[in-house]
Amino acid sequence: MGKKNKIYLLAYALIIFLVPAIWKNNYHLMVLNIAALNIVVVIGLNLLMGFAGQISLGHAAFFGLGAYLSAIFTATFGFPLWPTIILAMVITGMVAYAIGIPTLKLEGHYLVMATLGFNIIIYILMIQLDGVTGGPSGFPGIPRLQVGGFVFDSDRKIYYLLWTISVGTLLLSLNLIHSRVGRAMAALSHNEIAARCAGIDTENYKVKVFVISAVLASLAGSCYAHYITFISPGTFSFFYSIQVVTMVLIGGIGSLWGSVFGAILLTILPEILHAVKEYNVLIYGIILMVVLIFFPQGLFPVVAGIFRKRKDEARSGMELVPGKGP
Amino acid sequence: MTFGLQLFQFILSGLTTGSTYALIAIGFSLIHNATGIVNFAQGEFVMLGGMFMITFHSLLKLPMLPSFFLTVLSVAAIGLLLEFGPIRRAKSKEILILVMITIGASISIKGLSMILFGKNPMTLPPFSGETPLILFGAAIMPQSIWIFGITVSIVLALNYFLKKTTTGKAMRAVAASRRSAMLTGIPVDRMILLSFTFSGALGAVAGMIITPITTTSYDVGAILGLKGFSAAILGGYGSMPGAVIGGLLLGVFESLGAGLISSEYKDAVAFLILLTILFLKPSGIMGKGRLRRV
Amino acid sequence: MPEKVFQQNQTILETREITMRFGGLEALNALSFSIAPHQIVSVIGPNGAGKTTLLNAITGVYSPNSGEILFRGMPISGLKPFQITARGINRTFQQVQLFSNMTVLENVMVGMHPRTKSGFWDGLFHFASERREEKKIREKAETLLDFFGLLPKAYWMSAHVSIADQKRLEIARAMAGEPELLLLDEPVAGLNIRETEAMGDLIIKLKQTGQTIILVEHNMHLVMGISDWVIVLHHGAKIGEGRPEEMQKDSRVVEAYLGT
Ligand SMILES: Nc1ncnc2c1ncn2[C@@H]1O[C@H](COP(=O)(O)OP(=O)(O)OP(=O)(O)O)[C@@H](O)[C@H]1O
Ligand SMILES: [Mg+2]
Repeated sequence: MGKKNKIYLLAYALIIFLVPAIWKNNYHLMVLNIAALNIVVVIGLNLLMGFAGQISLGHAAFFGLGAYLSAIFTATFGFPLWPTIILAMVITGMVAYAIGIPTLKLEGHYLVMATLGFNIIIYILMIQLDGVTGGPSGFPGIPRLQVGGFVFDSDRKIYYLLWTISVGTLLLSLNLIHSRVGRAMAALSHNEIAARCAGIDTENYKVKVFVISAVLASLAGSCYAHYITFISPGTFSFFYSIQVVTMVLIGGIGSLWGSVFGAILLTILPEILHAVKEYNVLIYGIILMVVLIFFPQGLFPVVAGIFRKRKDEARSGMELVPGKGP
Repeated sequence: MTFGLQLFQFILSGLTTGSTYALIAIGFSLIHNATGIVNFAQGEFVMLGGMFMITFHSLLKLPMLPSFFLTVLSVAAIGLLLEFGPIRRAKSKEILILVMITIGASISIKGLSMILFGKNPMTLPPFSGETPLILFGAAIMPQSIWIFGITVSIVLALNYFLKKTTTGKAMRAVAASRRSAMLTGIPVDRMILLSFTFSGALGAVAGMIITPITTTSYDVGAILGLKGFSAAILGGYGSMPGAVIGGLLLGVFESLGAGLISSEYKDAVAFLILLTILFLKPSGIMGKGRLRRV
Repeated sequence: MPEKVFQQNQTILETREITMRFGGLEALNALSFSIAPHQIVSVIGPNGAGKTTLLNAITGVYSPNSGEILFRGMPISGLKPFQITARGINRTFQQVQLFSNMTVLENVMVGMHPRTKSGFWDGLFHFASERREEKKIREKAETLLDFFGLLPKAYWMSAHVSIADQKRLEIARAMAGEPELLLLDEPVAGLNIRETEAMGDLIIKLKQTGQTIILVEHNMHLVMGISDWVIVLHHGAKIGEGRPEEMQKDSRVVEAYLGT
């Protein structure tokens, strides 16, 4: 992964785990907890966008699948917690595989529509199958997260758990992109023909990345369900899919650190701005367009550039901003 | 009603909605052929068509015909602006980025429409009354006749334009090979602009003719876009006759699905068809596989 | 670079009546030829003759409408590009196709993909075996860059090096896949005289390691200087083949070049 990333990661983890000691406001911690989960979803999505060159507008559905499968299996059927979360990840992964196989074999952007359609269907199912999902009024009474009898029953306690998962996801993903497989993925997202002729099974990799990306969303969804203990379809609408795509873009396609930045920023910003709900959709649309038109690399490199000295410019572009880095 | 008659009725209503899907699919194809972009905002053009027509005709009380043309012009202008502004100004010309800009445009249009037109579903009166005509025992709404008539005229006119006029031929040349077109001196930029403008106009028409039947609201764009896209895939992405056939077929499948199975899952049909076609024959019914040059 | 072990059989690649159509145009027309190992075989012909299409057909980028391609006696038609690369054919492109978001070194490291095997789990957890392999990949990539004279620029972004360096890098990346057969599509197009000479020397140096090379090139001086065998294409068909001196005098060849 490179020394630089290791130092960044250590510093990042340190700051993250010191925050609750300084911060006393529980509501703020809850916002940060949601940010931790968003980071997991956004990193997964960025692997897809930055390393398979594909767009998903269905990550809300994978997030929702994790949440509902977790809720149904634990609350309705009394399955044990952690095996259920893993089961939900496996099922979500299989669903993603089934969508990915036909759409990713082809060159072009078929996945974006397929995932949009999938999001719509899952949303319909959450509302229609009210016997199982609780319908529009939601699914209450989901058991809390716990490890070996220790129940994470406050925002403060759960902070450490969720952020461990979040930082762990970042660590593993950084590992992945700095490996043989990660290089192959970066290659195929940049020049598919050249990658294929260099001996990379591009279809296979694209499907795998899509599955991983869905599985991460499922994990975050399960954690969300067991954290909030109540879920309803509204959380998993198409709009959440747009939000996470926006977070990826703000951070920069292909930059995992950027994803952390994008997810935290866009989770906290609405809380600070208290934007009128009516304007939410419009604001996201405009942010998306402006960032894409003027900062196709995302805002993170711009912000990071202000702090970073220019000395190691000429060195490897894969160290900090892989994929579409300058 | 006998089962046979019922089936006939479903097919008729399927062909009606299918006609609008065909128009949306053509819009997708035009832009895709010119640029390689999946224009995600295509569905929003349709939503805007309905909304503008309601504004001009029902709110401002303009007569039908002027309202119709004003709507076409307005949405065509929005299509033009989408290309002339965001797409053309984009720093990165990567397809991934451009596709995402159209997603951003789609969200913005939807968000703005929510503020301007409100959240309630709205509708238009049918173009000419509601007394159904009886054909072989099945009832046809006059609006359906309008829809067929307008769709057929548009498809014929577009076909004439693309095959017979110089500009149309230039557009096809760009679709065949952008580089060769550029070398031949065809103003490629202008042809791309034209494809967005036409797609806007097609969306506007689709929105106006379907709203009296289905009603509209600020958030129908995405699902209509999905259906138009599925229709385009079904017929063969990029092919004009394919778009028409795909649209009509999708409309019929959907109507049969809703009628014979359950209307709640109607929207799922498009998605299932999309996946099935991609799985079995990604080039669609009329499509030819394309090879990318190296 | 290690010397290639000489093989017994006399053909490494054989095409049998391959035809490739684009609409009405026959870019390859019942083309048959065979190639002996450890040689430089040049494929020449006027613009649009079908040379690039031939390379695309061999590497599986296009699948021919009919005919068969045999590599070391085994049919490879219908295989996907990555499978063909894994079997030992690698190529460069007429228009340089590098991973321009990566460094020079990383480009070569990607090229070693078919000869290495760390998977997803290795990538996620960086197991000891993965770290060993990664070290090996890096070292071998550096050796290759050294051979191609690119080591000093290993950490440059590949988009920032000169065209001549990019062309050499593309060959280095192809060689990283340890091909039995190397296909070069116009390796000196766009290079100046000195760079062209250097590239010619490099290709000869590659041949001396035992490498079999198919060279598509318009530069007749280079072709006649380094080829062991020349195949001439015109309108997708073979109009002649032979030793360079023979082809230079062949009337059909001269006609094809002057006539179009
Ligand atoms: N993907 C494609 N679609 C349609 N036609 C193609 C395609 N690829 C090649 N052709 C056509 O096939 C013919 C052969 O092209 P090819 O690129 O193989 O020529 P070439 O011998 O490499 O020429 P040059 O020396 O200019 O590179 C040309 O007429 C070209 O236009
Ligand atoms: Mg060529």
